[in-house]
Amino acid sequence: MSAVGSNTRVWALHLGVIALLLAANFVLPEYHRGVFSRVLVLATFAMGYNLLFGYTGLLSLGHAMFFAAGLYGAGLPVYHLGWSVPLSFGTGILAGGTLALVIGVLALRTTGVAFMIVTMMFAQVFYLTTLYFTTWTRGEEGLVLSQAMRTIDPAGLDISLSNPSTRYLIALTLFSAVLLLMLRLVRSPFGRTLVAIRENEERMRMLGYDVFRAKLTAVVLSGLFCASAGAAYGLLFGYVGSGFASIQYSILPLLWVLLGGAATTLGPLVGTLFMFYIIDYTSGFTTAYLLLVGVALILLILFFPKGLLGTVRERWLKWLP
Amino acid sequence: MAFGPYFLLATLEGLVTAAVLALTALGLSLVFGVMRVVNVAHGEFFMLGAVLAWAVSTAFAGHPSIGFAAALLVAPLVVGGAALLSERLVLRRLNYDPEATIVATIGMLYIIQQLALTFYGADARPVQAPFNVRIQLPWFGYSGYKLFVIGAAIVLMLATWFVLTRTKVGLLMRATQYDSETAQAFGIPVDRVYAGVFALGAMLAAVAAVLIVPIQQAHYLMGRDPLLLSFIVVIIGGLGSLRGTVIAALLIGLSDGIISVFFSPTLAKMLATGLVAMVLVFRPQGLFGVPAR
Repeated sequence: MSAVGSNTRVWALHLGVIALLLAANFVLPEYHRGVFSRVLVLATFAMGYNLLFGYTGLLSLGHAMFFAAGLYGAGLPVYHLGWSVPLSFGTGILAGGTLALVIGVLALRTTGVAFMIVTMMFAQVFYLTTLYFTTWTRGEEGLVLSQAMRTIDPAGLDISLSNPSTRYLIALTLFSAVLLLMLRLVRSPFGRTLVAIRENEERMRMLGYDVFRAKLTAVVLSGLFCASAGAAYGLLFGYVGSGFASIQYSILPLLWVLLGGAATTLGPLVGTLFMFYIIDYTSGFTTAYLLLVGVALILLILFFPKGLLGTVRERWLKWLP
Repeated sequence: MAFGPYFLLATLEGLVTAAVLALTALGLSLVFGVMRVVNVAHGEFFMLGAVLAWAVSTAFAGHPSIGFAAALLVAPLVVGGAALLSERLVLRRLNYDPEATIVATIGMLYIIQQLALTFYGADARPVQAPFNVRIQLPWFGYSGYKLFVIGAAIVLMLATWFVLTRTKVGLLMRATQYDSETAQAFGIPVDRVYAGVFALGAMLAAVAAVLIVPIQQAHYLMGRDPLLLSFIVVIIGGLGSLRGTVIAALLIGLSDGIISVFFSPTLAKMLATGLVAMVLVFRPQGLFGVPAR
C-alpha cells in the first residue's frame, strides 16, 4: 500500500469525522447538542493528555492543573478585570503553557512512579491554591460568568457564547483545530521521536537525541492543548470553580484516553463520548456513577489495555493513526 | 495559657497523629517496597477499617470495650481479605506493572468509596472509646485512650519490625524486596509473598483506622487525608525504607499540629505538599533512603 494512498485515507477519515460533527449541529436535539458541546471541549482536554500519556508514555496524574490553569487564566480576567473573550482566551492558554513549562522542568527530573506522584502533588498544590485565594476564586462555589461577560462583538456583531449553536460551533472549531494539529504532530518526525522515546528511552539517548528537550516540548504542548480546553470550557459554559482542579479531573482524561485508545488520534473523542453517555444512561437508575468509573477503569486495564480504537487498529485497521 | 502546658498538649496531640500515620504509612511503604506497587486505594482500606469498626462496635451491646475489641479483630481481617481478593483478581493479572496497577488501584478507590457511600451513608458516625480514663498530667488531665493509641501503635510497629527482621516470613519478604527474580530462582513463592504483603499493608491501615475512630468519626471520605499524608511520609522517609517511614511520620505528625497553630490549615497543606514534591524532584531516594542500586 502506497504512503500517498494511506495519507489520503487518514485525512479523509479525520475531515469526515469533523464534517459529521458539523452536520450534528443541525440534526441533534437540543439536549444532545449541549452534551456534544461539552464532550468536544473535554475531548480536546483528553487529546492534550493523550499526547503525553499515549504518545510519549508519560503517565501524569496532575493534568487537572493545566485544564484549571486555562480555566482560571481565562475566567479571572473576564470576571474581575472585564477583559474581552478573545484576549482572556489567550491569557488562559498562556497561563497553561507557562505552568506546563515550569512543572515540566521540575517533574521531568523524575521518571516512572515518581513522575506520577510528583505531578499529582503539584496538581494538589494548585488545587489548594485555588481554595486558599477564596477572595478571588470563591473556592468550591466558583465564579459564574454572566452572559454579558461572554459576548464577542467584532465590528458591531453581537455573538453571545451562551447561544447553543454558537457554543457548539466554537467548541467544534477548537476541537477540529487541535485534532488536525495532533494529526500533523504525531505523523511528523517529532511525533515519531516521542513514540520512540516511549518505546526505548535509553536507545534514543544513545542515538544522540535530546530526550529531555523532546519530553519537555511534549509536556508544554500537552499543557497548551489542555489549557485551551479549560479556557474554552470556562468561557463557553460560564462557570469557573476549583472542582475542575481536583484530582478527579486528572483521573478523568486518563479514563477517557484509556477507553478510547491511547496513542490514537480519534481515541480521546470516542472515549469521552462513550463515557459521557454511559454515565448519562446509568444515572437514570443509579446515582452510584463513581462505582461505574471504578469498574470501567479496572476492566479496561485488565482486558482492553489498548482501548476501543487501539483494539480496532490492532485487529482490523492497521493504518489508523 | 503559659507556653509549657500548651507545648505539652501540642506534642501529645502530635504524637497521636504520628502514631496512626506511622501505621498507615508503614502499610503503604511495605507494599511499595516489596511489590513496587503504588497503592492509591490505601486510604480507602483505612476508611473501610473505620467504617467496619463502627459497624462491628454497634453490633455488640454492653460495655463499649467488647465491641471495640471485636472491631480490632474483625475489621483488619475483613479488610485484609478484601485486599487479598483484589490482589488475586486484579493486581496479579496485571503482572504488577507499576503504571497499570496505579490505574487499577484508582479504580478500586472509586469502587470502595462508592460502596461505602451507598451502604454506610454520607454521615460521620462516632465510635465509643473502649474505656474512659483521664490521666492527670502536671497541668491538665489527658485522655487515657489517646495514650493507649500511642502505645498500641508502638507495639504494632515493633511487632512488624520483629516479623520483618527476625522471622522466616520476614526473610522471604526481604529477599523478594531485594531481588524478586533471584528469590524466585531460589524457590521462594514470590507470588504468595506478594499476596501476603498486599493484605498485610491493608491490614495495617485498617488497624490504624480502628484505633483512630474513637477520636475521629468514621466517614466515607476519611481516606483522602491519610493517603496524601502517607505518601508524604513514605516519600520523605525514602520509598521502601521502614526506619525512614517511622522517623518521617514522627516528624510530620509533630510538625503538623504546630504548623496548623500558626498558619491556616490550607496554607500548611499547600506548603507541605509543595515541599514534598520538591524533595521527590531533587532527592528521589528520600531524606533517609539510599539511592537505588
